[in-house]
Amino acid sequence: MPTPRPISSVNDFVVRFANVNGSGSASANELFARSILRMGVPVSPRNIFPSNIQGLPTWYEVRVSEAGHLGARGGIDMMVAMNPQTWDKDVASIEPGGYLLYDSTKPMPKSKFRDDITVIGVPLTAITNSTYTDPRQRQLFKNIIYLGALSALLDIDPKVIEQLIGEQYKGKEKLLSSNVHALHLGRDYALQNLKCPIGLRLQKADKVGDRIFIEGNSAAALGAVYGGATVCAWYPITPSSSLADAFTGHCKRLRHDPETKKAKYAIVQGEDELASIGIVIGAGWNGARAFTATSGPGISLMQEFIGLSYFAEIPAVIMDVQRAGPSTGMPTRTQQCDIISAAYASHGDTKHVLLFPEDPAEAFEMAAQAFDLADRLQTAIFLMLDLDIGMNHRLCRPLKWDDAKQYDRGKIMTAEMLDDGRDFGRYLDVDGDGIPFRTYPGTHPTKGSFFTRGTSRDRYARYTEEGPAYQDNMQRLLRKFETAKDLVPRPLQANAAKPTKYGVIYFGSTAPAMDEAIGMLESRGHQLDRLRLRAFPFHSSVPSFIAEHDFVYVVEQNRDSQLRSLIVNELSIDPVRLVPIVHYDGTPITARFIAKAIGDHLDQLKVTPLRKVVS
Amino acid sequence: MTYVVKPKFHHPELPKNDLGYTHRDYEGKISTLCAGCGHDSITGAIIEACFKLAIEPHRVAKISGIGCSSKTPDYFLGNSHGFNSVHGRMPSVLTGANLANRDLIYLGVSGDGDSASIGFGQFAHSIRRGVNMTYIVENNGVYGLTKGQFSATADRGSKSKRGVTNTDSAIDLVGIALQLGASFVARSFSGDKTQLVPIIEAAIKHNGASFIDVISPCVAFNNHTGSTKSFDYVREHNEAVNRLDVITGRAPITVDYAPGTVQVVEQHDGTKLALRKVDADYDVHDRLAAMAFLQKHAAKGQVVTGLLYVDADAEDLHAHLNTVAAPLNTLGEKELCPGTAALEKINAALR
Repeated sequence: MPTPRPISSVNDFVVRFANVNGSGSASANELFARSILRMGVPVSPRNIFPSNIQGLPTWYEVRVSEAGHLGARGGIDMMVAMNPQTWDKDVASIEPGGYLLYDSTKPMPKSKFRDDITVIGVPLTAITNSTYTDPRQRQLFKNIIYLGALSALLDIDPKVIEQLIGEQYKGKEKLLSSNVHALHLGRDYALQNLKCPIGLRLQKADKVGDRIFIEGNSAAALGAVYGGATVCAWYPITPSSSLADAFTGHCKRLRHDPETKKAKYAIVQGEDELASIGIVIGAGWNGARAFTATSGPGISLMQEFIGLSYFAEIPAVIMDVQRAGPSTGMPTRTQQCDIISAAYASHGDTKHVLLFPEDPAEAFEMAAQAFDLADRLQTAIFLMLDLDIGMNHRLCRPLKWDDAKQYDRGKIMTAEMLDDGRDFGRYLDVDGDGIPFRTYPGTHPTKGSFFTRGTSRDRYARYTEEGPAYQDNMQRLLRKFETAKDLVPRPLQANAAKPTKYGVIYFGSTAPAMDEAIGMLESRGHQLDRLRLRAFPFHSSVPSFIAEHDFVYVVEQNRDSQLRSLIVNELSIDPVRLVPIVHYDGTPITARFIAKAIGDHLDQLKVTPLRKVVS
Repeated sequence: MTYVVKPKFHHPELPKNDLGYTHRDYEGKISTLCAGCGHDSITGAIIEACFKLAIEPHRVAKISGIGCSSKTPDYFLGNSHGFNSVHGRMPSVLTGANLANRDLIYLGVSGDGDSASIGFGQFAHSIRRGVNMTYIVENNGVYGLTKGQFSATADRGSKSKRGVTNTDSAIDLVGIALQLGASFVARSFSGDKTQLVPIIEAAIKHNGASFIDVISPCVAFNNHTGSTKSFDYVREHNEAVNRLDVITGRAPITVDYAPGTVQVVEQHDGTKLALRKVDADYDVHDRLAAMAFLQKHAAKGQVVTGLLYVDADAEDLHAHLNTVAAPLNTLGEKELCPGTAALEKINAALR
């Protein structure tokens, strides 16, 4: 087999760092990604981490793409192999012609390497040990030293890294200078001993613009601040804990009264998910904007209360950062696997509003909007994030807000309205949209109070177990769900360059991979119209889109094509017309995967029928 | 009996409180519980306590879980908002409601199944957070709505109506509440209104988590010989440590007590609790002694009642969270939304 030529690529490659969890590599790796961004080249980093604090393998993958592709690409062009535990697998995963950077302090047998890749050794441990005596310093600075070596090998501007270090350690001069020193230790070694740059390299570009680099969980938490959330109750669960942490951090900076220093928010870490959603529902009942952040197992535990929110019509916002589950392990991997369990959460006939953000910018907007929707529709609203969006930094458009915007508190009957003689029936549909008025507790001394129950009540909230009253209420709840269709974010359609009979439906974190796959499919001669769903219930444009095409692919990150099932069920679509494309191994879906799955399927359609060949 | 409409007329000379309200203004719908149910007596005591304190009924939020006891908030304070939530989850719903509006009075009504079994965790955590509330457990040791199963407060060795002996040991919610840091702990008996009414008054005036365990016999399933929650049993084994008078506002203490038998406790809002001690050695400020006292008497088969512990200077969850004085549900865009200028700065820091 001829040795492949070393991969040569400018501003378009994938570097993966294989580290040991808890070794302090995360900040050096993030510095690597940020320095490339500062050179004007888009990157998309992804953490692949274990359910562990210290000792188990962890990876950090950075896709560099001047073209701006932010989905996972698949394949590794350069491996920075810093973890002996995973060495064999890591080395095996490098693309032919790729590069391996390793710590060459201790000699390793030739059998541990490959002939078809470029092996680059830097004696990181030796350099570190000769410079530092403190064990913790040795560990931390080793990471910065390999970053320095990479800057020479990949032609990253060291000034940019120095500036980032300067920003990070502003006011901590000692840390600043020691980090810069470590950076140059690695860089100087590479420049003096290695061929720099290698075939993969960076070049300044102007492709980042005014975009920002933020994790979806942090953006969603900020959306909650802007959307007026005052009560947050949550229970720790990966990958949603960082959302509650971010909300706490944002509130500390943005939500204290400047004079009294008092908090304009209340955050409670509940004893479990049941208490968390209970607190949210109690606060929502009493007129505050409240939310919880959780993941799939939390949704399972909250089922009874979610039903109460639906039947008693109490606003609540649930941010579900989806992951595989249950138990420990796969839960630190991404999936879109709670679609059905969220859409139909709880006992009895229930349906819930789901929002599907594609990136942090949309997570911010939809998080804020969720509180308006919850108040308007008086029900639970789910913000369906996932680990891929939530726990990774993602390049996205700047966050936007309109200062003229006012919160939509929905149909609230005030003391004045009651005094004016307005008829108040808590479950009375006054204008056909299925949404009744509510009063906040404590509104009026003699009017407007009611007893909140689940289902057994009439239009005026009086206790009844009569069948017709129950049905009347259930039908109104359906009307309310119809109303929701026009209030939630609409799907976004993008048509192929040429007319086509085929379409694709996708949502959430699949978006960047899908967008990239479209280009790949075009180069294979396949045209696809695209519809990105942004919410459930489905807008009327969804059935129209399906009707306009012979068949439609539904791309999602779960085993059972849950969104497809939801579409089939809710829109009475013939299942044959929706072709499932599913990716569910816990890694983020890639353009390569989508393009292959759809491309192969379309290629098969183009095969000349057997009868024609015979005749 | 929901078809029975409660008549609205009342005697023209019914006594009025400081707000000009009569008892009738504190009533709710007609009870659908069994005739003679201890819970109805507690309902009466709540009405009496709110009347005496001259509380505006609509400033109370009544929250309950599921069960016979949890139905009762419909039977008092008809002008208050009520919430019959889900089984065992009253504490979390109440906590959320309290966070949303610190200015209302929160009355949590629960039962022994609701609080000692399915909701034991929520009971515990709402107490340890110090939610400003009056948490009343209407404790009959039995599941009424599902027809007579033992609850977790049923004493070991007590007999069910069907003749089954309970072999599990009982949870004493008062003992647990003391251990969890409740700043007001009391026990009473539904059949003893003179003791119960002032306890409820004092609990409402208390700033912090007030817990009241009210033993409330179930006439349908737990009022037979062999039960330790029957009217007869509780009357015979009731060991009151004190009797309470609640003095609100500026009125001086005029009750004439024998020297050395009265302990006066001044609560946060100026309310004075005058405790006529039945047991001269009992100190309501000593949490540890209270726990030991309870255990000692429980071992003798005695049910200790009265105000068992109070920390008059307790702080509540809002103090712990340092929240603003204005109820969170009254804040709007102006107070809550940092606006575009702040967002621009945030964007700039993310590049």
